[in-house]
Amino acid sequence: MNTTMKEGFDLAMMKGLKKWRLFSLLAALTIFLSGCGEEYLSTLTPAGQVGRDQFNLLLLASAIMTFVVIVVVIIYVLALVKFRRKKVGENVIPKQVEGSHTLEVIWTVIPILLLIVLAVPTVIYTYKHADVAAMDHVDADGNKTAVTVNVTAKLYWWEFEYPDLGVVTAQELVVPTGEKVYFNLKAADVKHSFWIPAAGGKMDTNVENVNQFYLEFDKESAGLKDGVFYGKCAELCGPSHALMDFKVKTLNRDDFNAWVEAAKTTEAVADGELATQGEEIFNTSCIACHATSAAGTAGGVGPNLATFGDRNRVAGFMDHTEEDLKNWISDPQKYKPGNLMPQPKQLNNGEEFSEEQLDALAEYLMGLSIEK
Amino acid sequence: MSSIAQKKGFGATLWDYLTTVDHKKIAVMYLIAGGLFFVIGGIEAMLIRIQLAKPDNDFVSAGLFNEIITMHGTTMIFLAAMPILFGFMNAVMPLQIGARDVAFPFLNSLGFWLFLFGGLFLNLSWFMGGAPDAGWTSYASLSLASPGHGIDFYAIGLQIAGAGTYIGGINFLVTIINMRAPGMTYMRMPLFTWTTFVASALILFAFPPLTIGLFFLILDRMFGGNFFDHTMGGNTIIWEHLFWIFGHPEVYILILPAFGIFSEIFTIFSRKRLFGYSSMVFATVLIGFLGFMVWAHHMFTVGLGPTANAIFAVATMAIAVPTGMKIFNWLLTMWGGSIKVTTPMLYALGFIPSFVAGGVTGVMQGAAPLDYQLHDSYFIVAHFHYVIVGGVVLAILAAVHLYWPLMFNQMLSEKLGKWTFWFFFIGFHLTFFIQHFLGLMGMPRRVFTFRADQGWDLFNLISSVGAAFMAIGVIILVYNIIVTAVRNEPVGNDPWEDGRTLEWAIPQPVPFYNFRQTPLVRGLDPFWIEKQEGNKEGMTYAEPLSDIHMPNNSFIPFVMTVGLFIAGFGALYHGEKEWSIPVLVLGFAITFGSMAVRSLKDDHGFHIHKEDLMNEKGGK
Repeated sequence: MNTTMKEGFDLAMMKGLKKWRLFSLLAALTIFLSGCGEEYLSTLTPAGQVGRDQFNLLLLASAIMTFVVIVVVIIYVLALVKFRRKKVGENVIPKQVEGSHTLEVIWTVIPILLLIVLAVPTVIYTYKHADVAAMDHVDADGNKTAVTVNVTAKLYWWEFEYPDLGVVTAQELVVPTGEKVYFNLKAADVKHSFWIPAAGGKMDTNVENVNQFYLEFDKESAGLKDGVFYGKCAELCGPSHALMDFKVKTLNRDDFNAWVEAAKTTEAVADGELATQGEEIFNTSCIACHATSAAGTAGGVGPNLATFGDRNRVAGFMDHTEEDLKNWISDPQKYKPGNLMPQPKQLNNGEEFSEEQLDALAEYLMGLSIEK
Repeated sequence: MSSIAQKKGFGATLWDYLTTVDHKKIAVMYLIAGGLFFVIGGIEAMLIRIQLAKPDNDFVSAGLFNEIITMHGTTMIFLAAMPILFGFMNAVMPLQIGARDVAFPFLNSLGFWLFLFGGLFLNLSWFMGGAPDAGWTSYASLSLASPGHGIDFYAIGLQIAGAGTYIGGINFLVTIINMRAPGMTYMRMPLFTWTTFVASALILFAFPPLTIGLFFLILDRMFGGNFFDHTMGGNTIIWEHLFWIFGHPEVYILILPAFGIFSEIFTIFSRKRLFGYSSMVFATVLIGFLGFMVWAHHMFTVGLGPTANAIFAVATMAIAVPTGMKIFNWLLTMWGGSIKVTTPMLYALGFIPSFVAGGVTGVMQGAAPLDYQLHDSYFIVAHFHYVIVGGVVLAILAAVHLYWPLMFNQMLSEKLGKWTFWFFFIGFHLTFFIQHFLGLMGMPRRVFTFRADQGWDLFNLISSVGAAFMAIGVIILVYNIIVTAVRNEPVGNDPWEDGRTLEWAIPQPVPFYNFRQTPLVRGLDPFWIEKQEGNKEGMTYAEPLSDIHMPNNSFIPFVMTVGLFIAGFGALYHGEKEWSIPVLVLGFAITFGSMAVRSLKDDHGFHIHKEDLMNEKGGK
């Protein structure tokens, strides 16, 4: 939090405002605001440089605006106290003042100055946060130096492809800490918006073009409540817009490299008799849409399930338990209205999945892991 | 045609209202219809807050929730706020400038019926297969993907209602330019007339983009067009631009008349002329102008690039300057005055802190990189409700109390009015202040539910409790209106005793021809000037008593609108029902037929003779 305060302060000082006043406001605001929200989800507890820049802008803007509000409130209260009819006298006709040039100039110029203080960092950060030039930098061997993720938003799930690493996953984004991670964002059906509040602002996934931006993550997510940051869809995209969550797992660079390696090499194996039964059902009913290997490219009809057992949620938002997994498979429409996963009858020769089949499927899916 | 008022039966009264071209009666119809839609939109709001009162709630289903939020927004903006403001413009503005009526009384009636039937068309979707569900912004990829006819009802309904608004806007413009009483120069116009003027100019320029966008949408959805279908070379971002080139000025179309209303209130109840009148006029015009320069701040996250974002960010911040000027001028109007806290003044006093709060969060969102976080979160929900409710709705409620005696020659109960204010005001802040923090804490907008334990549970509950307070306030207001109507005590003109502008000079009940003789305007606040000089007659008049030329009532606007209403159903079921094309043709035939009748049949109106005027002592 100290760095936050310092940077907010530096920013203000740079623009030559009355430092002490802004500082005390900023300090009070910082303490007040950071008390709000959950660390894995709140924009008020930024988890990376982009989010922190934006949080500082929030502090600066809030400080300026609080100042404005205070000035208005003081004049307002004074006017109201001093000039009530009860006080002035029932039959008094006040002087009909036309206006004041001096005052007009004052309340035109001061706001302009205040806005300039806000506008300068706004423009700087606008360009800074849109700078994705380093995305294409390569090292001596011709390998990309930065991690790029192709994000495809679909009704109502997220596909994450690492084009330079040959890995694809879904619902749970895995990124390295301490470096800029670049994103190519696109929607496959209708418009969505990609938002990891703790890491930084959102960017829309349009249907007709690829948007690019970057985020940074300071620390590993393992220490968080669920071990992940929360991601949200921020653009209304249909009935289950509210349920289009994803999770973000941040790993240090070594762990990330290990994860990538595991993702590329791990084969899906069914462990045990029940899981083998599950695999059989999966191979007849599910595999047409769901891949079970993370090696590959984007374009899955349904979410890639290679890392299913490592995940934090079923269908992006339900508890990661066999119980919820079976509930989900047996009636996807009930839990995520409007999603495109077929109902069991369409997958299982016109019949609902039996309890045994669900058990077997759950056993198999929960065993799909690359982090063992 | 009888011009003398007499007791009429229900049927005759109904016919009178169906055919009236009198701006005062049209104003009443706008108020009733807009009020009705306001209640419907309010019920939708309550459903939203009930659903979100606790996590994982299943009070309404996901799809239905989206229909409710879409209809809540669309209804409140297009069918409640704007028409109610149009009602006050109609009721007050012609009197404020000393005009006989608006410039085109026939069009005035047509505008009202188009709005009403457009609104009915839109709301019929509830009973005909489901309401629109893509949000009031109806972004193209989602609106094209939406099944059923909901979006079709949205597009056609808004098209019909929008035509009415457009006609109304042109009418007000022409009225203000041409029909001001002698001596009423532009720089003597009351602020409410000024803001009506600028808002009408905004309508003139802002509605065509919406009309085009809606036509594209209609063609795409019903007639095989591909304007927004990217797989066929279309582009969805075009819709976003068209919508917001309309949508941002729309905010000012709503808020400028609200500014006008509050300017009237501050002067009346501070017994003081408006401080810095000319800079207030200048600020109004400037806000209207800048309002067209900032639409892309609704699209900071669309990916327009840093240059576009930076330009629109700075332009957005610039609007804060003229708006700030207005706030300070209002404060200085009170300063040195004699403040009487009546119900309308209470609303004006509540407006200042509420709107300043809404304004500053607007500037915060103008800072593009910060907006990446705030956009489409609950922060923006809080912000625009602070502006629209804290600005526009408070103005509407204030105006209901302020102008009720002018429109109905009755006074709403001040006591009940203050109860309404406190419930509504406290409820409003309780509902929306906390939503800023929900947004900052990562809650996206337009979510039909949320999982427990994300830190959002308590704040959402508080927000819902606040909504209940607002509802109680509105219920008290409805009760107030009923009681007042039943009691029916005439109050005469200038009931607030400190009226300054022409509308307070006219005798009550207002004669259907308005001022018997056109008044002479000798300065800003003409009625105040006459009162200060002890003029017993009320006003100085600019002309001797003479015959008054009045327009005849007409049923044609109603029929024209019904034609479009029918045609709407033809378009809606195009390609699905065999009867669609015949119905479409029939509808247009009715509309164009009525236009032909209107054009070919001479209607010269009628004259009220001088002798009749001399015998009359007011009366409708």
